[in-house]
Amino acid sequence: MNWSILLILLSAMILPTASYLVTGGTEAFAQVEGDNNLRANFWRAVRDGQAGYSAVSGPESGVFINNGGQNWRQMRVGLIANYGGWAIVGALCLVAVFFLIRGRIRVEGEKTGLTVPRWTTLERFMHWYTAIGFVILAITGLSMLFGRAVLIPLLGPEGFAAWAALSINVHNYVGPFFSIGVFAMLLFWVKNNFPTAVDLKWFATGGGIIGKGHPSAGKLNGGEKVWFWIVILVGLVAVCGSGFMLIGWAAQWGFGDASRATMQWAHQVHAIAAILWIVVFFGHAYIGTLGTEGALEGMTTGRVSVEWAKQHHDLWYEEVKDKAGTPEEKKAETANASASTT
Amino acid sequence: MARMKFLCDAERCIECNGCVTACKNENEVPWGVNRRRVITLGDGEAGEKSISVACMHCTDAPCAAVCPVDCFYTTDDGVVLHDKDLCIGCGYCFYACPFGAPQYPQQEAFGVRGKMDKCTFCAGGPLDDNSEAEREKYGRNRLSEGKLPLCAEMCSTKALIAGDGDMVADIYRERILRRGGRPQTWGWETAYGTG
Repeated sequence: MNWSILLILLSAMILPTASYLVTGGTEAFAQVEGDNNLRANFWRAVRDGQAGYSAVSGPESGVFINNGGQNWRQMRVGLIANYGGWAIVGALCLVAVFFLIRGRIRVEGEKTGLTVPRWTTLERFMHWYTAIGFVILAITGLSMLFGRAVLIPLLGPEGFAAWAALSINVHNYVGPFFSIGVFAMLLFWVKNNFPTAVDLKWFATGGGIIGKGHPSAGKLNGGEKVWFWIVILVGLVAVCGSGFMLIGWAAQWGFGDASRATMQWAHQVHAIAAILWIVVFFGHAYIGTLGTEGALEGMTTGRVSVEWAKQHHDLWYEEVKDKAGTPEEKKAETANASASTT
Repeated sequence: MARMKFLCDAERCIECNGCVTACKNENEVPWGVNRRRVITLGDGEAGEKSISVACMHCTDAPCAAVCPVDCFYTTDDGVVLHDKDLCIGCGYCFYACPFGAPQYPQQEAFGVRGKMDKCTFCAGGPLDDNSEAEREKYGRNRLSEGKLPLCAEMCSTKALIAGDGDMVADIYRERILRRGGRPQTWGWETAYGTG
């Protein structure tokens, strides 16, 4: 009984192919030779985005159908403006949960008041110049992407339109100046950020999260180096690069064009990479301020406490421990130096 | 209520650009802005075909979907309009539009474009019907006067038809029946879906 059903099924599948014995297989799939349906070909070309001639001059005025538009719409509205928002909310929650579990990482040992120089005035200026730009661009950029869903209910259509108009202009004007700051970071800090064997050990312990004690680190630990390369690759290359394309500068410099296809592509790269950058930035901002006692002073005053240096950057501390001193001493030293020169 | 649609009969369009001129004159659109354009494929060759393209007033308009300030709206007549007081000139509608309808009066440094302008189906904008402010910002509001868009009204070969979608389709169907051949409702599937 069973085998007879199997036989019937097999026959039903195999018998219809018997015609191949006569035709030799290939002819059965052959297309009709010669195109008689010229009009269909014409409309197919139009549908495929082939451009024609138009007396009206304008960007891509000869193109009938902008095929990438719907895909871009789905990417922007369906994916980026949806999952991007959850990525940001999720990252903030993750930071909050980490803080609740781990708490603030305190500086260990007696406070001697001695400090060592960590960041020069120029480096600090560069950092805060870029940081302020980053915050401005993040707020204005996120307003453009999520404002329709989040801010229109709060501000009303007119109120949000005014904010959005301000946002887009501030975003477009601040962006290029911000990019200069990121590029300067590349020039000044790339020498500190080449990965070493020490970083591998640092990662193996999760930067001190796994196991007891704090892993060794030079001036910059493995995590800081990863952040640096994210800033360069995701930030400078992807976000700033696509930003220059979106405001049309890249095309003027001879890189790419200002077509809709380029803009759609550049916008997706810009939005996705920027969200990634913002997400990682939350981690950087947390670790640099609330998460680690004594870290922020390095970027504000330029000096960090000796205890903090020993704890977090022991190898680097060995290099700079000769320069240790109290801030008052250092101030007096520089005052004396300037007094003796005048 | 009517569902307004445009249809361009490619077998009739002779690329006279009368629709472009009529639109520009009627709506007094600024320099460099053309709400309608005629495209010719195979220009100068035997069998060349032309189509007049403007905003098709899509059913599920991509421009409206991507607009960051949500300035688009669809009227009861199925006409897709936008509020220039809300528009910030970001250019997203131009990236998304299948027909290249959105236009910008300027392109300056730092990506400044000015407020978007597009075909209104001669239906003005969100301001008071036939007010001076509406005419200046959006052009004429012929629809409120019971008139159809001037581009179609002035088409010398009646290639471009505008009006209620059912009536437009009836006129076109009659043409196809008389002259034979297949219907080519160009852009309809993209703009209005397959339904």
